[in-house]
Amino acid sequence: MADVQAPRVDASVKKRFLCVNRKAPYGTIYALEALEVVLISAAFEQDVSLAFLDDGVFQLAKGQSTAGIGMKNFSPTYKALGDYEVRKIYVEKESLDERGLAPADLMEITYEDEAEGFAEKPLIRIVSRAELSEIMAQQDILLNF
Amino acid sequence: MPTLHTVNKSPFERSAFISALNHMRPGDALLMIEDGVVGARKASAFAALLENASQRCAIYVLAPDLAARGMAEKDLVPAAKLVDYGGFVDLVVQHARTQAWL
Repeated sequence: MADVQAPRVDASVKKRFLCVNRKAPYGTIYALEALEVVLISAAFEQDVSLAFLDDGVFQLAKGQSTAGIGMKNFSPTYKALGDYEVRKIYVEKESLDERGLAPADLMEITYEDEAEGFAEKPLIRIVSRAELSEIMAQQDILLNF
Repeated sequence: MPTLHTVNKSPFERSAFISALNHMRPGDALLMIEDGVVGARKASAFAALLENASQRCAIYVLAPDLAARGMAEKDLVPAAKLVDYGGFVDLVVQHARTQAWL
């Protein structure tokens, strides 16, 4: 009988992943699951970025307090993304505007730039709908939540 | 290389359809599946929007999902083309990536 070979994963293949988040947190499990997938993808050394649009922008809202609904507030986890080599979080401006939100209503998320003496830099980039469409078209894999 | 966008929710219930149209680029394709097929009905509130999008993008509807909901090609906007499961696979293969709007 011929040997059955296990599939080999070529660790040198790096793909561009964009995690597209369109739902508010807590009402469904999508936001939390998306975060888990991002952390796993980043651990496999893929080029991972995140996009927040439509109700997904609420995932990044400042001051989330879940004590009253008996669910874990997972929003602090977004602040760890920089440590997982995530360097791009895109937030769609039109989605913020439609919901009466401004960039100042979002959490501050930073990463340490090794190239510049570990200077703290913002991870969030506010982009227009047209810019986000362009970013989506540059990806290898789109993961929608 | 163009993107295949799938929409599986009714535009009467969710914003997935509108969001897909807002982020599609010329030459992309839209495939309406599951409850998404109701968004392709002619004379509906979304028909004009879809006809307009069809000038830039191809519009497909998954026939088994349409039939399951008691509809046929005659019920759809003229721009919508029916595909079967094999056609769905062909569309995935023909595009560089798939964006599944949910």
